[in-house]
Amino acid sequence: MTTHPEHTTSFDADARGWFGGPETGWGGRFMPEALIAALDELTVAWHEAMADPSFVEEFDTILREYGGLPSPLYYAERLSEKVGCRILLKREDLNHTGAHKIRNVLGQALLTKRMGKTRVIAETGAGQHGVASATAAAYFGLDCTVYMGAVDTRRQALNVARMHLLGAKVVPVEAGSATLKDAINEALRDWVSSVDHTAYLFGTAAGPHPFPSMVRDFTRGIGDEARAQCLERYGVLPDAIAACVGGGSNAIGLFAAFLDDPEVAIYGFEAAGDGVDTPRHAATLHSGARGVLHGARTFVLQDDDGQTIESHSISAGLDYPGVGPQHAHLSATGRATYLPVTDAEAMDALQLLSRTEGIIPAIESSHAIAGALRVAAELAEEKGPDATMLINLSGRGDKDMGTVVEWFGLGDPDEVTEDPAK
Amino acid sequence: MSTRPVFDKARGEGRAALVGYLPAGFPDVPGGIDAIKVMVDSGCDVIEIGLPYTDPVMDGPTIQAAALQALDNGCRTADVLRTVEAVAATGTPTLVMTYWNPVEAYGVERFATDLAAAGGAGLITPDLTPDFAPEWIAAADAHDLDKVFLVAPSSTEDRVAMTTAACRGFVYATAVMGVTGARSTTSDLAGPLVARTKAAIEAQGTGLPVGVGLGVSTGDQAAEVGSYADGVIVGSAFVRALLDHPDDRAAGLRALGALVEELAEGVRRRA
Repeated sequence: MTTHPEHTTSFDADARGWFGGPETGWGGRFMPEALIAALDELTVAWHEAMADPSFVEEFDTILREYGGLPSPLYYAERLSEKVGCRILLKREDLNHTGAHKIRNVLGQALLTKRMGKTRVIAETGAGQHGVASATAAAYFGLDCTVYMGAVDTRRQALNVARMHLLGAKVVPVEAGSATLKDAINEALRDWVSSVDHTAYLFGTAAGPHPFPSMVRDFTRGIGDEARAQCLERYGVLPDAIAACVGGGSNAIGLFAAFLDDPEVAIYGFEAAGDGVDTPRHAATLHSGARGVLHGARTFVLQDDDGQTIESHSISAGLDYPGVGPQHAHLSATGRATYLPVTDAEAMDALQLLSRTEGIIPAIESSHAIAGALRVAAELAEEKGPDATMLINLSGRGDKDMGTVVEWFGLGDPDEVTEDPAK
Repeated sequence: MSTRPVFDKARGEGRAALVGYLPAGFPDVPGGIDAIKVMVDSGCDVIEIGLPYTDPVMDGPTIQAAALQALDNGCRTADVLRTVEAVAATGTPTLVMTYWNPVEAYGVERFATDLAAAGGAGLITPDLTPDFAPEWIAAADAHDLDKVFLVAPSSTEDRVAMTTAACRGFVYATAVMGVTGARSTTSDLAGPLVARTKAAIEAQGTGLPVGVGLGVSTGDQAAEVGSYADGVIVGSAFVRALLDHPDDRAAGLRALGALVEELAEGVRRRA
């Protein structure tokens, strides 16, 4: 964790949240003055909690006993045979609530309890973070309101039902594009009015300082576990690691443990939607420009006037026109490579993993699978079968079955499916 | 042109200044200029022109609706500057209120240059605090522009002092913890916040005026706020006057003018 020397890296933010320093920096805090005191309070509480062994121990215990962690590192043998090198999957899809998100929300909710606040708010795109937040709120006995773009409430109706069942209030946001970015705006508006008793469980490693660093700290168990599991089993670090990037919480959680291992190549895969040469994509680092969105300076999909351009992805969880500022920094410094993956490539990867390994991944994670397999093929050619690509399987695909059914035209019981061995 | 002389003049008359807000491009660019000129003619001392933005985290539904309409009608940053030029030509100090990203996208130095050339008085920056604004502060100083930063009920004494020290023109006190929007009663947080802000200004010896915004919609509220603040800032109520007459611009302008006159009368009497 941040305050532990073994958990700091060369790519961390400074005390004011700048990644890479204030001059050319990414991150910072571009926020209404009304929220600055709350952000300062949160920063102090987060630092103190991370330096408090009892908090860290309680967090670890909850993750283990309630969250089902550590998640396994799985050798995907049939997939590896197809690609020609070793493919390892970090099985965050097996976590409680089915995604890496549970790490972040349990950390933030535990911190909320420590701060004496009684209510949490959250925004959600695909609904994973909303479900995780509602779950954590139920676990800790906190009141919970989740803001969700109206478009997303329709395409993720099952997750809306889950949040209701868990006792959360779900508020559909009709403003703007009625997707994740607008849900964040509405949650911020709520927070301005309720900050004395409410914590904002930010769903990704974006937003104003300290959220990008704090969310990374709560999710970095992904990378710490994967690193130790890989070393234990193979005696070496992976040659490359990969994750999907929307806001980038699962990715930064994985990357954080490997940033100061220069021999490990780092890849993030963004949603290219219909293609980066079309107007319908969410490839922020590929096609965005330097700007400020939701309190941080980062890459933003925007027009010449600085107005945010609506993003598109088949995955609601990646449908975001910004990206966490540490990813902007890692991209600008070249430490990590970010590449686009289209809807079609992701859905092909989803089908491939389902049929080769019996694992149905979230569409978000399928972007990582698709991109990583591209890179792994090059790795196999270069280094042979012992080359290792470690992919974060950030979530399971149950929530996406409606989209999957529609995309592949599934559902006919007499339909003959293709033999995956061919 | 700074807003400061207008506040000083109002102070000399024993009253608060009336500061009126409207987003540029609403209902469209020429219509917005017409509406703001009505505000000037009806008694606003200072004008704030909003730069419509896709992600306005501090704005409530009324101003969001107007800004969205402006964007849908194709309002661009250049149109905002064009509106500033038209309004500033009336001799009324005219500020731009803007979220930060459109300024970064335009180029901070270029924006300051073009705003000054248009006769603008400066910027109000709801999501940019002085500690993250060195580039803007440098550009504003170079072009003799007002820097209006916000203080809030949640601001610590240190931050009130830091913010007031960085302001030029006036200090914008957000009277409630919440987004923009007309409210039936004024906030009981406003008075203490203004008192804390004035104490910091007194210690600094600048005599900077303090304007209070968020929520005022009636003459009585304006009189009440004007009894302890140097400026009464009104936005949502003016926008609402136009939104309530979507198909009859003349009626909207009449309603707007009448409301400005009521508020201008309010700042001239004591509660």
